[in-house]
Amino acid sequence: MNLNLMILIPLIPLAVFLLLGIFFRRIKEPVSGYIGVAGLTIVSLISFYIAISYFLDFGLVNGEYQKIIVFRSTWIHFTDNLKIEMGILLDPLSAVMLIVVPLISWMVHIYSLGYMKGEGGFTRFYAFLSLFTFSMLGLVLSVNIFQIYIFWELVGVSSYSLIGFYYKKKSAVLAAKKAFIVTRFADLGFLIGLLILSYFAGTFDFLTLTNLDFIQTLNGQAVTFMGLSVITWALILIFMGGAGKSAMFPLHIWLPDAMEGPTPVSALIHAATMVVAGVFLVARLFPMFYFIEDGIALEVVAYVGAFTTLFAAVIALTQYDIKRVLAFSTMSQIGYMMLALGVSGYGEHEGLGYMASMFHLFTHAMFKALLFLGAGAIIHAVHSNFMQDMGGLRKHLPVTHITFLVAALAISGIPPFAGFFSKDEILAAAFEHNKLIWFTGFIVAGMTAFYMFRLYFRIFWWNDPEYKHKPHEAPKTMTVPLMILAFMAAFSGFIPFSDFVSTDYSPFHTHIEWGLAGASVGIGVLGILLAVLFYKKENDLSDRFARAFGIFYKWTFNKFYIDELYFFITKKIIFKNISAPFAWFDRHIVDGTMNGIGNSTVWISEKIKGLQSGRVQDYAMYFVSGATVISMILWFLLNN
Amino acid sequence: MINGVSIYEILTLTSIMFFIGVYGFFTRKNLIAMLVSVELILNSAAVNFVIINKYMFPGKLGGDIFSIFIIAVAAAETALALAIIINLYRLIMSVKTKDLETMKY
Repeated sequence: MNLNLMILIPLIPLAVFLLLGIFFRRIKEPVSGYIGVAGLTIVSLISFYIAISYFLDFGLVNGEYQKIIVFRSTWIHFTDNLKIEMGILLDPLSAVMLIVVPLISWMVHIYSLGYMKGEGGFTRFYAFLSLFTFSMLGLVLSVNIFQIYIFWELVGVSSYSLIGFYYKKKSAVLAAKKAFIVTRFADLGFLIGLLILSYFAGTFDFLTLTNLDFIQTLNGQAVTFMGLSVITWALILIFMGGAGKSAMFPLHIWLPDAMEGPTPVSALIHAATMVVAGVFLVARLFPMFYFIEDGIALEVVAYVGAFTTLFAAVIALTQYDIKRVLAFSTMSQIGYMMLALGVSGYGEHEGLGYMASMFHLFTHAMFKALLFLGAGAIIHAVHSNFMQDMGGLRKHLPVTHITFLVAALAISGIPPFAGFFSKDEILAAAFEHNKLIWFTGFIVAGMTAFYMFRLYFRIFWWNDPEYKHKPHEAPKTMTVPLMILAFMAAFSGFIPFSDFVSTDYSPFHTHIEWGLAGASVGIGVLGILLAVLFYKKENDLSDRFARAFGIFYKWTFNKFYIDELYFFITKKIIFKNISAPFAWFDRHIVDGTMNGIGNSTVWISEKIKGLQSGRVQDYAMYFVSGATVISMILWFLLNN
Repeated sequence: MINGVSIYEILTLTSIMFFIGVYGFFTRKNLIAMLVSVELILNSAAVNFVIINKYMFPGKLGGDIFSIFIIAVAAAETALALAIIINLYRLIMSVKTKDLETMKY
């Protein structure tokens, strides 16, 4: 097994990005897409081959999965203790991501051939998609926390450029800026946490940081700050970075707006891969989160995750823009993953939550990418994002209809689709650890089923409106990825995930807790039945309900005014009281000094330029006067 | 050494001559007249050399030789200056200083 091949996994997308980026005027529309798809095909095949053979063949040695450093080189060498390395780490976690990221990216590349056809900036689009794929693969393969931070920012940049892809549209530009600023603000926390952690731990390296003995020594030499160990603070700050990328409350405000980007981008970045980077980060440092000070930081993760999952699900109930419904659903599902990590223990069966979180990450990537790509096909056909413009599409878009239904069933947790298995593991883990969190997850499971089927029935059933342009099924390039993902969404639940991923790197066995599973399936079915009642046929039941809830509905519809709150804090308080005086100081004092020097020089030279008259006699006069004055001074000085 | 005349009187005379030259250089409107003024300055300097040599270091010849150098340099300088003035005259048909003010700010 030649693992050196792995170096190609991030490098091929980088090469494609450079090629398309440098020659973006030369390479015309279909060709750039073919280059991108070809690059991604190679990457995907290598990744799948390595990941699958890691799990089935060489990874497991003496009942424990190996952490293999495939490649490592020092990038910046400050001192022997402080150096920054770049490398590739292969362990179960990165192997799982090696399946998720290239698969979704590959599907999105193919899908975009059809979706982006005839849109301006085709080559630019593929260049940025490749940049994103490169960054994400670099992130999941990182050997140390600093490398992850570098790729973390790269992911943010490519997300920014893709959200603002339609840069002539004002809302897209604003959304891109918002996403960048909010995540960048969160990354500030990450950076500070990283620096604190590496200062006290003396290393960036994951293998050292997740070593249990090492964590115990860190625990022993605790420096405390406000009652908690600084390491706990560092972990909370690192989690803040993860919460920013993963759109956890209250740093979630950028994700719904990010839907201004092209739909394949939403599928790839803002649903399946980038937004789970936060979950990945917490999972990477899981032993630290669990063992430092008995997991106080992990409690934070659990409660933030649980709150976000409920909060986002409530908002998703009321939205009309189909992409926004999916965006809030993504937030809610990532909240699930976070809470699963939060309730997880360490060790064989204790680590069920950890395994479930990764499992849900995997299955969620499949069905959420499928939902978004399906939404893209619908938007492509109807030319609108809003449910009000849709209805009865099942006759016009048969393939999209079936695949969307599969994805909706999967996310609602209906057996035998993928979501059932992962969600069941999460709820089982939560039930063992914390009943309150379990109950939140349980309620949200019902809400998820309701809003997904609200979406489904509202798009594909409801009524038969007269369309101006008759909607038509998407081309093959778009439907084939849908079918592949539908296959994954339907059957990936049967993967025995606990054989592959666990906290202590050794396989264990799980079994379905039929009581809990039955309850969650029951509430899912209840949600679906309610959706059938409300939305299968056109009726005014939902409007009546909305009116009945009155103020509460209005708050939910406006996303609890969190955006407005942020605007109030930033504009009215921060900008007005802090930024404006700084700007005044900069403009008037700092710039004023510089401009004053320049202006006075100009003014003085205007006044004295007449001295240079061009008459030789004047010059001689000045010279003689000067010489006279100097000689007088010298005479005076020497005589004293 | 001239009887009844001290070095002060002669130096006063050459100083007066020097400043007449300087004054002439500043005020003449004609390049030729300026050239004459420069000659006056040089001559005052040459006389100074001779006188100081004579009064302070009698029996030595350094100052005399310097004054001969000055005369030679002044001759060469006059030739050069006249050549420039003639060329200027050919170009602008004038040797007035007010016509030569174009090289300014």
